[in-house]
Amino acid sequence: MITTDGVTKRHGRTLAVDGVSVDIGPGLTAIIGPNGAGKSTLLACIGRLVRLDGGTVLVDGLDVTATSTRVLATRLAVLRQENHVPIRLSVADLVAFGRFPHGGARTADDRAIVDDAVAMLGLDSVRDRFIDELSGGQRQRAFVAMALAQSTDVLLLDEPLNNLDPRYAVDLMRLLGGLAAERGMTIVIVLHDIAVAARHADRIVAMKDGRVAREGSVDEVITAEFLGALYETQVAVEVLGGRRVVLWG
Amino acid sequence: MPERAPRATPVRHALSHPAARIAMLGIAAAAAIALFLLLDLPGRADYALGLRWRTVTGMLVVAIAVGASTVLLQTVTANRILTPGIMGFDAIFMTIQVTGVLVIGPRLLLGTSPTVLWGIELVLMAGIVVLLYWWLFIKRRLDLHLIVLVGLVIGTMLRAVTTFLQRLLDPDAFAVVQNLVFASFTAIDRDLLLPTGVLVVAAGVSIVPILRSLDALALGRSTAIGLGVAHRRVVMHAVVAIAVMVAASTALVGPVLFFGLLVANAAYSLVGHRHAASIPAAALIGAIVLIGGQTVLARGLGFATELPVVIEFLGGALFILLVLTGRTR
Repeated sequence: MITTDGVTKRHGRTLAVDGVSVDIGPGLTAIIGPNGAGKSTLLACIGRLVRLDGGTVLVDGLDVTATSTRVLATRLAVLRQENHVPIRLSVADLVAFGRFPHGGARTADDRAIVDDAVAMLGLDSVRDRFIDELSGGQRQRAFVAMALAQSTDVLLLDEPLNNLDPRYAVDLMRLLGGLAAERGMTIVIVLHDIAVAARHADRIVAMKDGRVAREGSVDEVITAEFLGALYETQVAVEVLGGRRVVLWG
Repeated sequence: MPERAPRATPVRHALSHPAARIAMLGIAAAAAIALFLLLDLPGRADYALGLRWRTVTGMLVVAIAVGASTVLLQTVTANRILTPGIMGFDAIFMTIQVTGVLVIGPRLLLGTSPTVLWGIELVLMAGIVVLLYWWLFIKRRLDLHLIVLVGLVIGTMLRAVTTFLQRLLDPDAFAVVQNLVFASFTAIDRDLLLPTGVLVVAAGVSIVPILRSLDALALGRSTAIGLGVAHRRVVMHAVVAIAVMVAASTALVGPVLFFGLLVANAAYSLVGHRHAASIPAAALIGAIVLIGGQTVLARGLGFATELPVVIEFLGGALFILLVLTGRTR
């Protein structure tokens, strides 16, 4: 459960996030919006990766600016867009870092969780390969596996579909949807692809100019009228086989 | 971290384990120390042994300081080609030293205990470095590339300042300063050996509780914070330890630019990137190179003062190689 109250973040003189107050409950929540809407910055604020210029963020009732980062790491895992590893590390070693907040991958339980995460992301065949030898998609999945190995209730992902081809993108979204449904996780995911958000998300938060433009179910947010205003372009929304399909231009 | 599945034969696998490799490095370092102490002992062994013992202890302190401080700096700045020397840490220390000579004059300088003087210089240097990096890393939140650039510029500028200040000195003071600004592994200050040794060991021990946090820090700032590393505290702790170690080794033997690069990268390729392994390995490799090299040059080839030149040449060559092959991160 995530509650933000008047969260504000400046980048120099521009307000990247401007007094955002949202409640995000269990399930898969997608944050959408045009470039520069403040989606990634909001995610970084919730994940205590940047300092807030105003407002509060509560994760499971814990104030992220007041709680020790170590305690937070057992409740919340966060993954940003740029994931380069400056050191030589195998996939298994990277995923094992997910156990760091729990005292490292020492016990059999820890190792089982790591193996589980590696398997869930389909990385068994490359688990002993070095991260810098992998394709962009494999690397992306390795980082998601690390975040999953943290065994947190809350998972924040910033554009995790970057570098993934349709097969792995669909697999990952299904996996996240399954985790949200079965384990009751709160998963927040910044997405560029509205079609993916419409297909997989339980709730959608649409942002523009640092503010929340609309928040609600897929049916409430994915409408031609609203998306047209949000992205300032022509758009049609059709229902095809029970799904909402977005047609741009 | 889980063990990687053994693919090679059991013996080869055991030998490739970091602990086994560190043990082997330890044996090699001990052998180098024994050779240095005992080879070609003259008739009056007591005196020679005492002298050699002092040199060997000094080189050990320098090896630990240079090896550990370079690994720490490379972790904090997330790259593999920087050393505290390149980033201007010892230039700061040299400027403090030369300014000291200029301000209080050589006569007073010779009268003051070197330990007291070094203590003052150390506090000044640690203060300046910590302030500078607190400002760069935490107050301004500068991008890492910018911090590296700032470090390079400061280093170059301070070296120029030091050279300029030397021109203002009278010949007596100049002679004192010349001793400070050129690296020499054999002319180790007797009075400084104990205090520098104690501080280097203290800085090394202080790092032990944050070794695992340093492992995670090497994954980059965001990932480290996400994993629960208290980023600011760990980085500042590392910077203080680096400052102390650089002040110690610079005071003992003078500035070294590329030596740390050599030992840190050798350590990574031998034992990997976990700090509990890479820091001791870097220190041991440093000891083997320094003491072994000194033994070969002094006893084998008969010239004693060229080791810094040889090491800096090899380190510089490695620096160029790392840049050219793109393995800078």
